[in-house]
Amino acid sequence: MPQPILVVDRLHKRFGGLIAVKSLDFALHSGEILGLIGPNGSGKSTVMQMIMGVVKPTSGAILLNGSDIAGKPIFEIARAGIGIVFQHSRPLRLQTVLENILLGLLPDRIDRLRPPPGAIDRARAIAAECGLAAVLDRMPATLPFADLRRMELAKAIARDPQVVLIDEPFAGLTRGEVDDFAALITRFRDQGRAVMLVDHNVKSIASLADRVLALYLGEKIAEGAPGAVMRDETVRRVYLGGGIETHERPEADIAARKVLLDVRGISLFYGKAQALDDVSLTIHEGEFVSVVGLNGAGKTSLFNAISGLVPFRGAIAWNGAVRGRESAAAIARAGIVQCPETRELFGAMSVADNLALAGQRLPDQERAERLAWLFGLFPILKARGEQHARTLSGGEQQMLAIARSLMLKPRLLILDEPTLGLAPVILGQLSEALTRLRETTDITVLLGEQNVTFALPHADRVYVLEHARMVWQGSPARFAEEAGAGYL
Amino acid sequence: MRTISLRRALPLIIVLVFLAVLPLGANGYILGVLTTAFYFAVFAMSWDLLFGYAGEVNFGPTFLIGLGAYGAGMANALLHAPVPLAILIGAIVAVAGGVALAIPALRLSGPYLGLITLVAVLLLQQAIVIFAGVTGGEIGLSVPDVLSIDSGPNYEYALAFMIISGLVLSIIARSSLGMILQAAGQDKIAAAALGFNATRHKIMAFAISALFSGLAGALLVFYLGTASVSAVVDVSIGVRVIIAAVLGGRRTIIGGAIGAIFLIVAGELLRPIGQLSTFVVALIALIVIVILPDGLLGLLPSRRGA
Ligand SMILES: Nc1ncnc2c1ncn2[C@@H]1O[C@H](COP(=O)(O)OP(=O)(O)OP(=O)(O)O)[C@@H](O)[C@H]1O
Ligand SMILES: [Mg+2]
Repeated sequence: MPQPILVVDRLHKRFGGLIAVKSLDFALHSGEILGLIGPNGSGKSTVMQMIMGVVKPTSGAILLNGSDIAGKPIFEIARAGIGIVFQHSRPLRLQTVLENILLGLLPDRIDRLRPPPGAIDRARAIAAECGLAAVLDRMPATLPFADLRRMELAKAIARDPQVVLIDEPFAGLTRGEVDDFAALITRFRDQGRAVMLVDHNVKSIASLADRVLALYLGEKIAEGAPGAVMRDETVRRVYLGGGIETHERPEADIAARKVLLDVRGISLFYGKAQALDDVSLTIHEGEFVSVVGLNGAGKTSLFNAISGLVPFRGAIAWNGAVRGRESAAAIARAGIVQCPETRELFGAMSVADNLALAGQRLPDQERAERLAWLFGLFPILKARGEQHARTLSGGEQQMLAIARSLMLKPRLLILDEPTLGLAPVILGQLSEALTRLRETTDITVLLGEQNVTFALPHADRVYVLEHARMVWQGSPARFAEEAGAGYL
Repeated sequence: MRTISLRRALPLIIVLVFLAVLPLGANGYILGVLTTAFYFAVFAMSWDLLFGYAGEVNFGPTFLIGLGAYGAGMANALLHAPVPLAILIGAIVAVAGGVALAIPALRLSGPYLGLITLVAVLLLQQAIVIFAGVTGGEIGLSVPDVLSIDSGPNYEYALAFMIISGLVLSIIARSSLGMILQAAGQDKIAAAALGFNATRHKIMAFAISALFSGLAGALLVFYLGTASVSAVVDVSIGVRVIIAAVLGGRRTIIGGAIGAIFLIVAGELLRPIGQLSTFVVALIALIVIVILPDGLLGLLPSRRGA
């Protein structure tokens, strides 16, 4: 075996009293994809950020081509040959896609007014390689989610790094997009780069990675061939979990109930772009409805309309009465709570305060009970109680967002892509929680997902939204044969 | 890296040519007002480079302006430096001040940095009062030399200086350096992950902004014949600079010039209503800013989405 390009030696990171990464050793070779898996908060992103220099290691060495880069400034590490795709995209919002990529090709000089010759062509070529050729002149804010992630990939390879760190590239992508991204990442490897890949899409990691390393509580618990690691007893227990079970109820039972929310032919425009076109949807009391649709199909727009966050044409009836011009706050007080895709946590407030704020309208005892139940559901939130929401890991933030919306005791809970960034084991827990909610309360749930394997088992009824239109609705059982193509 | 197309630049060129030949027809009073406005325009454009592009919240533009003005004024009055040398000294002092101001900016951002920059202005003001012996204190420092005693040449100097400054600042803002400045201003970590030493670029942004602020401050002193706190240091002057830049349109450079000229000329036109004029001008500025978040330049259709 040739010399590894990157060697991590007894790498350690402590945040106050929390040990996020514990004496970790591993090596990475050129032309290799190393998958890094582990439950939410196990330290995966912290490892990547230490390699990139964004987080300073407490101790340990990171050898790139034999020289220690641990603790060096980010820009030196970047120039030494490491590129990163952050878990949360960090585009320059005021620059076009092309400019964002071009930036990575500029020399770090203060006396250059023009890009080096050929840089613009090179930026275009990188954009084309990453599938961005059609959106070069768009602003990042107007891009579909997948294109934004493509742009992050393009930026990461702009400086032609030897080592590429990619944090959750598949999160939030549809099946087809995951395949595109996997092909792209394979190409990075075939160009001779060393790739380190973090993701909770276990299937993709297993098929893509040459080797997999599993972390738990900051420690290595397994390393080796993907198949062997996935079969490992500990990995199964702490990370993969038991999977999701189906809980469907008879259709007749639901149809007899009162209609809680009735969306009647609404349309929604952003400037000239139409996000919803004559969309209708009915939800009965106590019903669990899933809206399935690819990125950009209009799910979030629909939810925002229901929550009163964006103006629309058409009517929405709540609890039998057509809504007037109620404010978003009034709609929320009436019992519609949305757990948004963007999470919208109070970053500078602690986990406990975020939850307390949501629960302030509940009587003391009920609040305490709910909190205990939520901590049972997401134990890590209890352990991270005093931490600022901003510093939570991606998956921990998602758990907090879900917990906070449950704390509000909604009548209708809208969950927009709740599985984003969650480890498989947590998906299982979330699934059980939804089942328990359905069995023990009269809550109504509207679930927006492109992860059909999660959306179907929890739905009494499924809607399919495509290009701003509702194209299908029916039972989960019928979904597979009638509408499943492209989703399953 | 947007190029400046001729079609879009044409109206600007026509305006500039008109301004250049204005001394043939206008009286000294009008030229005097515009001369001050042109220096103000450079204050606002320099501020826009720092805030609009590099993203640094500078609530105290007069710290840099004042350093340039007093540096030049004192060099001339005390050291008897000839005017060009005095201006150069003023610019150097301002750049040194700009680099000093960049140090807190490396650790702080947003309103916290804004507070520091405000404190810097107050400190400068205090220093001028305390060392009244050399600075002229509250009365001001009169300089023995002036640029010219005629309004015509003074006007042309100011116009030329404004055009050159605007051109240089625009080129920097649109260059690759400007893009790196913007990147470092928007997200320091993301910029560093692309290989940029954000620290160095931030210092550079402060230095460039300080250079033009200082030059403009120095020139203004040799136009007015005096350096005084009320003319070049007072916080209210700084506020007007910021309003001018925002009014014209942030992140445009030239918007700063438009806003500054608008503010000064409007203030002059309303002078007959006395004390109320400042109030009315401020009110107009406020209304424009609220209605047009992109500033006066936002009115131009060609800038939409750019
Ligand atoms: N600045 C910080 N201060 C305190 N704790 C932190 C800080 N940053 C991260 N942590 C904690 O360190 C742990 C590891 O975080 P990290 O982001 O590496 O997890 P992860 O494995 O990437 O998880 P996920 O799969 O959810 O993204 C988490 O529990 C997180 O809350
Ligand atoms: Mg992470």
